[in-house]
Amino acid sequence: MTVTAREVESTDRATRDEVKQNRRRVSWAGAALLGMILPASLLLLWQWFSTNGSYSASQLPTPSAVASALLELIERGTYWTHVAISVQRVLLGFAIGASAGLIIGSLVGLSPRASSLLSPTIQAIRAVPSLAWVPLLVLWMGIYEGPKVTLVAIGAFFPVFTTVASGFMHTDRKLIEVGRAYGLSGIKLVTGILLPAAAPTIFAGLRLGLAQSWLFVVAAELIASSKGLGFLLIDSQNTSRTDILLLAIISLAILGKTTDLILATIEKRTLKWI
Amino acid sequence: MSLGTQIFSSDSITQLAPAEVSLTDVSKAFGSGPDRVEVLHNINVTAAPGEILAILGPSGCGKSTLLRLVAGLETATSGSVCVDGHLVTGIDAQCSVVFQEPRLLPWRTVAKNVQLGVRDSGTSGEIQAWLELVGLGDFGGYLPKQISGGMAQRAALARALIGHPGVLLLDEPFAALDALTRMQMQDLLVEVKERIGTTVLLVTHDVDEALYLADRIIVLGERGQGIVETISIESPRPRDRSDTSTIPLRRELLRLFGVHV
Repeated sequence: MTVTAREVESTDRATRDEVKQNRRRVSWAGAALLGMILPASLLLLWQWFSTNGSYSASQLPTPSAVASALLELIERGTYWTHVAISVQRVLLGFAIGASAGLIIGSLVGLSPRASSLLSPTIQAIRAVPSLAWVPLLVLWMGIYEGPKVTLVAIGAFFPVFTTVASGFMHTDRKLIEVGRAYGLSGIKLVTGILLPAAAPTIFAGLRLGLAQSWLFVVAAELIASSKGLGFLLIDSQNTSRTDILLLAIISLAILGKTTDLILATIEKRTLKWI
Repeated sequence: MSLGTQIFSSDSITQLAPAEVSLTDVSKAFGSGPDRVEVLHNINVTAAPGEILAILGPSGCGKSTLLRLVAGLETATSGSVCVDGHLVTGIDAQCSVVFQEPRLLPWRTVAKNVQLGVRDSGTSGEIQAWLELVGLGDFGGYLPKQISGGMAQRAALARALIGHPGVLLLDEPFAALDALTRMQMQDLLVEVKERIGTTVLLVTHDVDEALYLADRIIVLGERGQGIVETISIESPRPRDRSDTSTIPLRRELLRLFGVHV
């Protein structure tokens, strides 16, 4: 049998894929540029509205005022402390919450018995708005790091738990059957078939959990704290430092985007086959 | 590039020891109580070592279930399924399955998918030899999404064969392919079969496919009716697709399905 037209076609397709990939690499810079258009326009608008008299300086300080507020805080030595403590709370809380979500989500997703045992309770706990835990957490754990990290962990747990469980539950039965037909069972079936099959869903859950973590760290710091970006928000509001308030918001945007980018990069590296 | 020379120049591919498959009074029912449906009822059939046995039947007649019983993916409600005299009680390395869809693991390369057939053991030379056998010698490093449906099904065939199965179980393996690719795959199956031995159980609803490939055809009736017809085909493979002598058989088989030609 000679090489079929179909195979030639597929080789063509492979080369096309490479070309496409190169094109993608080139257009990456283009995409980055495109993504910068909106922030740049916002900055211009901001500059425009803060200087044309529509808003007072206490309502909308100029971008340069925010920049000098940043320098001021850095000089005072407080800016990096606020950033560091918020990042620490997020990373610690996310690590705890996401790990718990991965473990319990896997249990529920893989074992119908574990699902029957745990799901009703977890669904009920999930129905409680997470901020409702704050008074209890403060009562039990005091006012230091404990309750804040715990709240972040709660925030990270639920999206990770839900997506991991459903990722495992909805693994393609046909792929599982292939695994079984070729002798995989037990833990080998989980690591060989279920885990890679569920990996895209799991990553989506982790990224959701990370976003939730930032949401919850700000909530925790707004309520009771003396450090962190959330504290900076409420403190600057109390002292009418709108420049610092805007600085805190921009810092949160940059930090949130950066941590998500890190996770997205890991996702891309891991899920090369998609 | 002839497939034949590829096969014979390769040392990694050895003749398999074909196994006998026998089903004795096999019944299979799904569900219970009023929902209970008996898909197979008192099936008795034996495939001799090295035979290609085609199982033909309308959809829902339980032909796939029969294959899954032999594969150990399902358990018979009553009766016994034996491969080489051993009762099938679970997944058996003696049997390999090719499903209607290729079912390649999308996160593995084609070569790694083939390697699954030997439980992830096996040398790269051995894997390459099987890839070449099915005409995928240059595609081992590709991901499943990068190859065509026909190529993916060839990879699935290599995955099934690399484990040196005594029985090859084919569950409508070419049904989802276009007509031309289907014929190419049928020819490939004939070549591979002649080269490596192995008993083949082929589930199909394609009368022409059964006539072209099988030593023997069993026809299952509507759900629960059992085997309604057994036909032996003596002519040697490879066969001529335009052979007119099979026309009466073809007419007979189609008549069983209510098609009159």
